[in-house]
Amino acid sequence: MAVATVIEDQRKIEETALITGSEAIAVACKLADVDVITAYPIRPYDTVMQYVCKLVANGEMDCEYIVAEGEHSQFEIVKHASACGARVFCGSSGVGWMYAMEALTVTPALRIPMIAMVGNRALDDPGAFGVEHNDALTVRDLGWQLVWVDNAQEALDTALIAYRVAEDRRIFLPCAISCDGAFLTHSQALVKIPSQEKVNEFLPPYNRGDLLLHPDNPITVAPQGNEDWVMEIRRQNYAAMERSHGVIEEAYADFERIFGRSYGNPFFEEYMTDDADIVLIGMGTLSISVKVAIRQMRKEGKRVGFVRMRWFRPFAAEELAESLQRFAAIGVIDRDYSFGSPYLGGVLAGEVRHALYPGPGKKPPVVDFICGLGGREVTVPDVQRMAESVYNAAEGKAQPLTQWIGLRE
Amino acid sequence: MGRLFAIEIIYRGIFQKTLATRMSRAIVLAAHHEGKMGISFGRYGDSPERNGIPAKNFAIVATDEQTLQDGMAKYEPKEVDITICVDDTLCKGVESWAWYGLQPVNRLLKPGGTLIVTSREGPEAIIAMAHRKESPYQLSILKGTVSFSGLWVYKDDHTDVRILGAIAKVLPDLFSLQSVQKAIVSEWKDELKATSAAKSYERTTSITVRPDQGNPEVPYKFDLPKWHEMGEGVAIPSIPAGHKMDDPTSHAHGGFQPDRNPTFKKFSTRTMRPVVNFDTCIKCTLCWLQCPDSCFDVTPEGLYDANMQACCGCGVCEAVCPVKECVTMVNETEFGDNSSQWEAWRKDKDGYKVWLEEKIKSHPERSHGFRYRGQYAEQIPEMLEIASEK
Repeated sequence: MAVATVIEDQRKIEETALITGSEAIAVACKLADVDVITAYPIRPYDTVMQYVCKLVANGEMDCEYIVAEGEHSQFEIVKHASACGARVFCGSSGVGWMYAMEALTVTPALRIPMIAMVGNRALDDPGAFGVEHNDALTVRDLGWQLVWVDNAQEALDTALIAYRVAEDRRIFLPCAISCDGAFLTHSQALVKIPSQEKVNEFLPPYNRGDLLLHPDNPITVAPQGNEDWVMEIRRQNYAAMERSHGVIEEAYADFERIFGRSYGNPFFEEYMTDDADIVLIGMGTLSISVKVAIRQMRKEGKRVGFVRMRWFRPFAAEELAESLQRFAAIGVIDRDYSFGSPYLGGVLAGEVRHALYPGPGKKPPVVDFICGLGGREVTVPDVQRMAESVYNAAEGKAQPLTQWIGLRE
Repeated sequence: MGRLFAIEIIYRGIFQKTLATRMSRAIVLAAHHEGKMGISFGRYGDSPERNGIPAKNFAIVATDEQTLQDGMAKYEPKEVDITICVDDTLCKGVESWAWYGLQPVNRLLKPGGTLIVTSREGPEAIIAMAHRKESPYQLSILKGTVSFSGLWVYKDDHTDVRILGAIAKVLPDLFSLQSVQKAIVSEWKDELKATSAAKSYERTTSITVRPDQGNPEVPYKFDLPKWHEMGEGVAIPSIPAGHKMDDPTSHAHGGFQPDRNPTFKKFSTRTMRPVVNFDTCIKCTLCWLQCPDSCFDVTPEGLYDANMQACCGCGVCEAVCPVKECVTMVNETEFGDNSSQWEAWRKDKDGYKVWLEEKIKSHPERSHGFRYRGQYAEQIPEMLEIASEK
């Protein structure tokens, strides 16, 4: 009786640990009691698999931990396990993610609620370890829910939220959590580890329901279907992604209720936007230098705000357009590229312009900055240069629509 | 507005894919000799790289480019001037891999259009197989053994040019005999083939098929579900495992009949069917084991009844059966329904024996396409002889 009480108490304890963003996601996997995890080493994603491995070896975590012979198999194994009712986790980085691409395309099509961590890494060539967002962005049209985080606490919390959203029967779509290579995956911070009891309250067991691949529920998954079927199947995925917006809102509200930690608007974070003249918008850990730069600029009387996108898919276009219409000009910070795209801008800039276009409100000028590629530091002076250009645009001075910042030139 | 012509060629996957492509190309080229424009294409969803699967090729021809575009704006023509059916057993219906249900062979024919069929049968047999049509149409039989070959080899038995000659006869507005001969010589550099086309042109006749003639059966069909009525996750319920069978005479209950897909039946893939001598069957299970389509039902007494809803006619059962003439492949044109042979045998064993011997007598009249080495070469002299008959 006494022993049982002690165990019960431990389940309620919330601890603080000094861990990286990757390790925070591994801890979330432990708390979510993930059943099947597959791995194949590539920097910087390998920091997750190493920590999961340690948790399993130490007896802290009970799961099938499979090291596959390559990323394609890695993602196929968890896809099948998920179809059989297992809660799954995997991930990759850069060209490893690309090598899994065929598996990544069929995962949302089959409505598999896989959670993957993308340790964002530049695509080859050259071989580079540093962060770029193009790897995760390659699946943006396929039915993957995509979310970017900028600190280890958010990584842990978002992983729990991702399971809750992805495994919701209304959704059943995979979700990739993007963590900037090095800045988040290799840097340790103090993280509050929620108690198992609260996690259990927040996250119900995964129930595959009528789609469970099991001898007692004989179904055929992924048969051949030609032009008579494909549009209807795509329309179903469209509907699931459409519902995802509301389910994410529900999950964040419940998260706040149970864990007492609020993220405000789930889809994007706003920093000092209330009185801002102009705004910068970006994703991931570059938020830190942007926030510091904004505080410095405000001392000089420049009222600059910042919007950090968390959820890229689904994309909260209406909310974002409503927010951005308040500003005299917008600067998009792209840690990615899309060669030959409209105005030769990055991926995020295209999405932001697209979000603004149908709205009834005014359409502030949008300037795009490509920076921080391959893990290059985005410095405070870089951000100040961007803000200067956006101010110029706000005053009606023509600015190049796409500018490379932090480039040797 | 100019004039638009549409020709469809119904053929069997693999075995006749090259034949169909050659004909639809030559139709366009022949019409082009008269200044017409055209395109030639195969129905993409048919997946014709599968043995015996019913498939279609089309030739669309127009007197000018804009009219041609009118024809090209449809995925496939809604009506055709001529349907060419290069295997008479396809007159029982066409079920594409692209899931349109069972389509009557004459479905797309315009009123008064012509169905050209390659066959050794007479018009009565062809009309009996083809479904009834509301409007009258013409039937023209090109006498000959059905021309089968492989995907990578082509058996040049002149079926292609004989049909081209017949087209010039039944639809002279499309192209003349002279134009098609020019196309044949420039495409294949063979004067003999041009002569075959002319002979066929001279011999081609047609008869009118009235709305009250033909197979009265209404072909099975189904409605495709709306997107929100479909299950999610590209998952479909499996076909249930199956059930025991009932003996129609003894009322014994046993054996095993697999449940089968109610809407995708596959049997129009069949050109020959196995007939089974239940009196000599030794119950060795080989046909049941080896059938790639699980078409054999296991009867309560342990016999094996080839189910004609599921049989694709590949002939594996005949090949593996160790008993002489216990399983025999017979031309599909010999049969008018898909009913159970075992039930007929149970009800009247003597009558069944007579029926069985009569069916076996008609063997072999054709190939089911699953060839042995040298089979196509052997068939050529016979075909050339038929082609040169007066």
